[in-house]
Amino acid sequence: MTMTTTATLDPKLAIYDRVLSARKPWSRVIEKGQTLRIVDLGGNQAVDFLVYNADDRIDRYSAPDTIRAQGNIFITTGTKLYSNNGNVMMTVTHDTCGRHDTSGGACSCESNSVRFGLDKKWQHACVENFLYALKDHGMGKRDMTSNINFFMNVPVSQDGTLEIVDGISDPGSIVDLRAEINALVVISNCPQMNNPCNGYDPTPIQLIIWDEV
Amino acid sequence: MTATQSDLDRNLIIKEETIPGGAYWSSAIRRGTTLRIIAPEGSRGVACLCYNADNSIERFNAADTAKIQFSAFLKKGMVIYSDMGRVLFSITEDTCGCHDMLGGCSNLASNAKYGEGDFRNSRDNFSLALTKRNLGKQDIMPNLNLFTRVTVEPNGNLVWAEKTAQSGDFIDLRAEMNVLIVLSNCPHPLDPNPVYDPKPIQAIAWNSPEPTEHDLCRTANPQVIRGFQNTDAVFI
Repeated sequence: MTMTTTATLDPKLAIYDRVLSARKPWSRVIEKGQTLRIVDLGGNQAVDFLVYNADDRIDRYSAPDTIRAQGNIFITTGTKLYSNNGNVMMTVTHDTCGRHDTSGGACSCESNSVRFGLDKKWQHACVENFLYALKDHGMGKRDMTSNINFFMNVPVSQDGTLEIVDGISDPGSIVDLRAEINALVVISNCPQMNNPCNGYDPTPIQLIIWDEV
Repeated sequence: MTATQSDLDRNLIIKEETIPGGAYWSSAIRRGTTLRIIAPEGSRGVACLCYNADNSIERFNAADTAKIQFSAFLKKGMVIYSDMGRVLFSITEDTCGCHDMLGGCSNLASNAKYGEGDFRNSRDNFSLALTKRNLGKQDIMPNLNLFTRVTVEPNGNLVWAEKTAQSGDFIDLRAEMNVLIVLSNCPHPLDPNPVYDPKPIQAIAWNSPEPTEHDLCRTANPQVIRGFQNTDAVFI
């Protein structure tokens, strides 16, 4: 399942190119045919990712439908991101990391309080970022669903043991996603400080968009 | 009457209902009450969603439930977490030993293996059950699959494991807040059996004893102790 491919897109031809600071949210509609590139600039930086059909927002990313469609729990080159209505939303066209998680979900103030200590609920978390970004689109907590964690390493063993462990994403790792519909993408550049998902040091990422080639 | 049922003192039973194969069922379970779900003839999957019955914006979160307990599958002694760092249910008994949180629910597409016919699926069942409670598709999160086992191979492949509930297997879910539970009695979407034949299950709400200070689920690990601190704080 694990595979990597070679980049062919020229950053000079991009229509959008910016660095998203550590710990910050981001959202944008990626139009059908466009490609979104996420670059893990510093390495081992989890990028929490949700996607909605921009023309029908009830139609949204579904982790279990995506897993079942390919028979594998990891996201990598060739993975089609499926919606809860069975529609293909985006395709992973290029991935230099090798595999990405869609089982571990997003960190939240509330789950942090359980996982790491009641005082940790005051720390920033991905759900805060998601809700902040979603509200600008007239959406809210009901629209939260289980997300993808690009560049995050969550092996699951045969007995079901699951743990967020040290990353396998080198500095400059890339994942490219081609929109198969008009796709509202919502990202949280993960601020988690209590486990290795960001190497205990959240760092910036780069987001680049190309028109259909 | 099955052996498992007879284990329960009839005087403890609040209500019971048999859910036919293919049907959905939903009920509010009061905090402190236990819901026993029995598979008298075995089961190849029962899809399950749950919510805080007092405020349904708080709901079952499969990813949190998995990562807090370091397990993608559930069994006795574990709990079912909401997305608000609180406990919905404790799994106080479980004769099956494995309940899946990765496979999701059946839908029209996964039911295509059954060929022509009217075969109900869990996605549509969830939609109908939730719509009757003024909820909808936005409230269908990744679900829990009772009574089924899947396996994750070293390369990440998710495969069906032919280890399902046998006749009489049951699970006890003790409600730790007022919980709205929705069950869909349809086969797991990865079940390769081409014959659609879900067996009836029984749902019995019963007056279970108060948890002691040594309660397995409430004391299993430091995380769950904090989860119950968050949960109990709502009811002080």
